[in-house]
Amino acid sequence: MSEIVVDGEPLPYAEGQTVAAALVAAGRVAWRTTRVGHRPRGVFCGIGVCFDCLVTVDGARGQRACLVPARPGMTVTTLEDDDE
Amino acid sequence: MSEPADLVVVGAGPAGMAAAATALAGGLRVALLDSGTALGGQYWRHPPEHARAAVPTDDLHHGLDRYRALCGALAAHRTAGRLDLRLGHHAWSAVREGDGFAVHAVDRREAPPETAVVLRAARLLVATGAYDRQLPFPGWDLPGVLTAGGMQALLKGSGVAAGSRVALGGTGPFLLPVAAGLAARGVEVVAVCEAAHPRAWLRHPGPLLRNPDKWAEGAGYAATLVRHRVPVRPRTAIVAAEGDERVTSVRIASLAPDGSPRPGTERRVQVDAVGVGWGFAPQLDLLVPLGASLTDSADGNAVVAVDRGQRTTVPGLYAAGETCGVGGAALAVNEGRLAAASVLADARATPVPANRRLTALRSAVDRQRAFARAMALAHPVPPAWSSWLTDETVVCRCEEVTAGAIRTARADGAPDHRQIKQLTRAGMGWCQGRMCGPAVHCLTARRRAYEPAERLVATPVTLGALADLDEDPQVSAAPPVPATSAVTADSSETDKECP
Ligand SMILES: Cc1cc2nc3c(=O)[nH]c(=O)nc-3n(C[C@H](O)[C@H](O)[C@H](O)COP(=O)(O)OP(=O)(O)OC[C@H]3O[C@@H](n4cnc5c(N)ncnc54)[C@H](O)[C@@H]3O)c2cc1C
Ligand code: FES
Repeated sequence: MSEIVVDGEPLPYAEGQTVAAALVAAGRVAWRTTRVGHRPRGVFCGIGVCFDCLVTVDGARGQRACLVPARPGMTVTTLEDDDE
Repeated sequence: MSEPADLVVVGAGPAGMAAAATALAGGLRVALLDSGTALGGQYWRHPPEHARAAVPTDDLHHGLDRYRALCGALAAHRTAGRLDLRLGHHAWSAVREGDGFAVHAVDRREAPPETAVVLRAARLLVATGAYDRQLPFPGWDLPGVLTAGGMQALLKGSGVAAGSRVALGGTGPFLLPVAAGLAARGVEVVAVCEAAHPRAWLRHPGPLLRNPDKWAEGAGYAATLVRHRVPVRPRTAIVAAEGDERVTSVRIASLAPDGSPRPGTERRVQVDAVGVGWGFAPQLDLLVPLGASLTDSADGNAVVAVDRGQRTTVPGLYAAGETCGVGGAALAVNEGRLAAASVLADARATPVPANRRLTALRSAVDRQRAFARAMALAHPVPPAWSSWLTDETVVCRCEEVTAGAIRTARADGAPDHRQIKQLTRAGMGWCQGRMCGPAVHCLTARRRAYEPAERLVATPVTLGALADLDEDPQVSAAPPVPATSAVTADSSETDKECP
């Protein structure tokens, strides 16, 4: 198992997993809130179509966690409103 | 591969893999690109090659022999320098250029950074598949509610189950492999709620009898479900999901034949995840802007129109798999082969393939399409599904547009999802209406087939990647670029910020 860093905390993942899969495997289903209703959101479509799973990866905003393969030391920031 | 390709294939699912393999076997040079990290598309979704030992998922698959054979053929052509395989490449636009096509893609193998790539060829084959069709219901945007395909993608691609107590709902045989896969991984599947009734299949017995392999596959899932004591409930639906920060329960109701909940049948079931799917909507992003004609399919979707050889109405442009109508992986493979046979014939690269083989392929496609049609008719979107919605139910997840707002716009005379978009912003956010489009269409113009909105770009592209393009006559045709760092489709119409 390797680790990514999510909001400053290490999160283990299995090689080949996406960032979303690593979060779900750790029991996290929500990691973002919506702009208007501040509703919690996580993975929905799982294939890059719905944009519900957005995170910031290594400083790049608006990344779909379900498409980004986890890599050792990758930093992920969650819980930003989607228009920040 | 140093020499340019004769054919670009977009999408490396069952259809695109088979098409590429056939075209290569016929002597063509092929560029095959897919946004995913592995060959296989949705049906044969795998973790990336180097990680198969860390995340074993082979036990969740069907037809792996065929998959391995296709992978082997493609690998051999790649070694021989005839196949330019581009995984992790997302095509964002395809345009006519001279006598051929230019496919603009972003290379995301090292994502988040991305670089722009252009692939050119005289012929283009689009095999971009489909995504889950969704119908909203109260609570469907709670975390822990996923598309059925999304659950399957997590399972097959990353070996992760989305929950430990799961309810599935919607319609169509696809719910069964999802349930079977979850159960095989130790998940308690508390109910599979199928809105249709199996009796509906008996109205079209012909296609059933002529496709015994489909029944064998179905029987396999059924046996798994019986073994794991997974209840499959016909004419039942998940009409609401409940919870606070995440889903904790669903409300399940028996349905009248029109799809309205039968009063007094509703009950609450505790869950920690939910998977829903109402069939699939084809991914036509690259085909619509190229001007390919669409046609009605029996399941409520417009699909790309193709002739008996998978040629679209645009010369040199071919399509295969679920872009031509949803019908499963076996049909997708055969359509891919048929499309490649047409490419070979049209390119006159080799003598036209032996007629007998082509005839057999065509009749297999006809038989499998008849099955797909019977499936669509047996598993329709229930006419009264909108009775599950309250005025507060979010329909457009991105822009948080409610059912009440859409009903008001419709009462004001909006005839279809495009007009609703102008009036309410439904379909104007990140996903560009991919999630809410079919539902908004059903709420307004359900007698017509759903045609997706034309999108100028199929994926958000960063300005950095666009700036990489050394020479590109098409960039100026992209929508006005907002002040942030990327363009999304329709950004001319939206004030939404981009990534
Ligand atoms: C999430 C999901 C899971 C599914 N799981 C199953 C299952 O387990 N069992 C089953 O029987 N059926 C499943 N299906 C149904 C499935 O669509 C088909 O049966 C089958 O995979 C269709 O094959 P295809 O080649 O037409 O398309 P797909 O398999 O969908 O392949 C299309 C490929 O095109 C790629 N692509 C799309 N757009 C672009 C682009 N712009 N640029 C680059 N690449 C692109 C995609 O990444 C994908 O790999 C699933 C469908 C979905 C949406
Ligand atoms: S879950 Fe839909 S885009 Fe990632």
